[in-house]
Amino acid sequence: MSDLRDLYQELILDHNRKPRNFGPLAGANRSARGVNPLCGDKVTVHLHVEDDRVTGVSFEGTGCAISIASASVMTESLKARSCDDAREMFERFHQMVAADDGNGNDGAGMGKLAAFAGVRDYPARVKCATLAWHTLRAALDGDDKAVSTE
Amino acid sequence: MGQVKTAEWNRPGEALDVARVREDFPILGESVHGKPLVYLDNAATAQKPRSVIERVAGYYETENSNIHRGVHRLSELATRAYEDARGAVRRFLNAAQDREIVFVRGATEAINLVARCYGGANLEAGDEVVISAMEHHSNIVPWQLICQEKGAVLRVIPVDDRGDVVMEAYHRLLGPRTRIVALPHVSNALGTVNPIKEMIADAHQGGIPVLVDGAQGAPHAAVDVQDLDCDFYAFSSHKLYGPTGVGVLYGKAGLLEAMPPYQGGGDMILTVSFEATEYNDLPYKFEAGTPNIAGVIGLGAAVEYLTGLGIEAVAAHEDRVLAYAVERLTRVPGLRLIGTPARRASLVSFIFGDVHAHDIGTILDQEGIAVRTGHHCAMPVMDRFGVPATVRASFACYNTEAEVDVLAEGLERVRRLFDGV
Repeated sequence: MSDLRDLYQELILDHNRKPRNFGPLAGANRSARGVNPLCGDKVTVHLHVEDDRVTGVSFEGTGCAISIASASVMTESLKARSCDDAREMFERFHQMVAADDGNGNDGAGMGKLAAFAGVRDYPARVKCATLAWHTLRAALDGDDKAVSTE
Repeated sequence: MGQVKTAEWNRPGEALDVARVREDFPILGESVHGKPLVYLDNAATAQKPRSVIERVAGYYETENSNIHRGVHRLSELATRAYEDARGAVRRFLNAAQDREIVFVRGATEAINLVARCYGGANLEAGDEVVISAMEHHSNIVPWQLICQEKGAVLRVIPVDDRGDVVMEAYHRLLGPRTRIVALPHVSNALGTVNPIKEMIADAHQGGIPVLVDGAQGAPHAAVDVQDLDCDFYAFSSHKLYGPTGVGVLYGKAGLLEAMPPYQGGGDMILTVSFEATEYNDLPYKFEAGTPNIAGVIGLGAAVEYLTGLGIEAVAAHEDRVLAYAVERLTRVPGLRLIGTPARRASLVSFIFGDVHAHDIGTILDQEGIAVRTGHHCAMPVMDRFGVPATVRASFACYNTEAEVDVLAEGLERVRRLFDGV
């Protein structure tokens, strides 16, 4: 069972059971929707951005454990970050979970986000882990067209 | 059912010898993550018997040539093999004439062809097209496209909580503006077998033609298009043990003749000048360009394989495995079947506690079990049942009750990993 436990770590199962920052965000000034047409996962990310800094963040949606936990951990990691920081985190997260690029990013220094490093071994699930992040980037960019992982 | 060719070891009326059937499918000997492959994703695509694989290879090795044009030996061989496949499909569907069998890329293209050519010629603003709430996207979107273009209206027969069409609502929807009805033989997301013969007769009372999407029907039940009296019947080769990239549109000759061509090109013409083009006869009018010759010949081999087993014997076997699956899965605590129709074929769709289908699919994969997880290209069905996605186990001639047990054990592993359910 060890290999599956690499994917479904306790932190991921916990955030799936009890997603943090789940629901609408009062005073949100940026939102974006994301869909994964392959599996029907849907996520909406709400942001409150002030002086180029994320002062509030929440998400809503339905999806698998990987996508819900990823969105949940993402919201926890974003608070009080600058928008540029958030974009950089997206890049590093994407590098960590995307398979086959040999970048050697094993999540060191990424805190709780490192729990998703195991996704790399399940290529079919990379889109689940990155859906919320793609949606975040659309929200940061003020792009109100629904983003798609396809 | 037309002529049924019977394998020597499987006489009519005899139960299917599944152990021998399994030996016909090389891929069933494969392992996945160190476990024997348990392939329960047949509604997505079925595996191929050796006879199909070898027929396709044999065509490329000894007959490869273009059809309907060369006077040389190979072209004659290829043309004959291609047209023999048409004959095999004609017998399989019990169509009246070979020219009513049009080879296309798949059920999707067959439906697009009818929507574009029949719908394009017959729909006007305010006309109506009737489909059901359990359609695959491929029997929704082509109709939406032509309805938008013509200003016609798409009307949808509702589905009840069990997953059956509501017949009274269907009868109310059939009206003076209805120009065509398009229905699935078997729902790919629920497993519902629709009473298509009755529904066709109802539509015909008003002179309305009916297209049957048989993608999930033809592989699992004897189809007799003359007995059904359907006007169009579409299916895909690859769900019927044949190659991908090939499908069949059956259409009544009178309707096909009255329809304009689908695509222009070679093979679909008699004469071409820059002033006017004379179209070829059926079915070639709808087969522009060099077709998927090897695929069609492979489909012919698949049809012969299936009729050799005996489609009734296959259906009886699948029904037995399916009944066991329904009974066995119903006993799994926390599991809820999506769709409990009056008549079911070939597949079972379910959710399990609050674990998302995608997670279940990944965990089952580690056990060597291939299932489909997601919306099954039937998002309106998911909306109707209020679920984002389901797990679908779908069965073919080579599946066994023992494989259902492996699936049930796999679900217990999901339960352990997700701490309850």
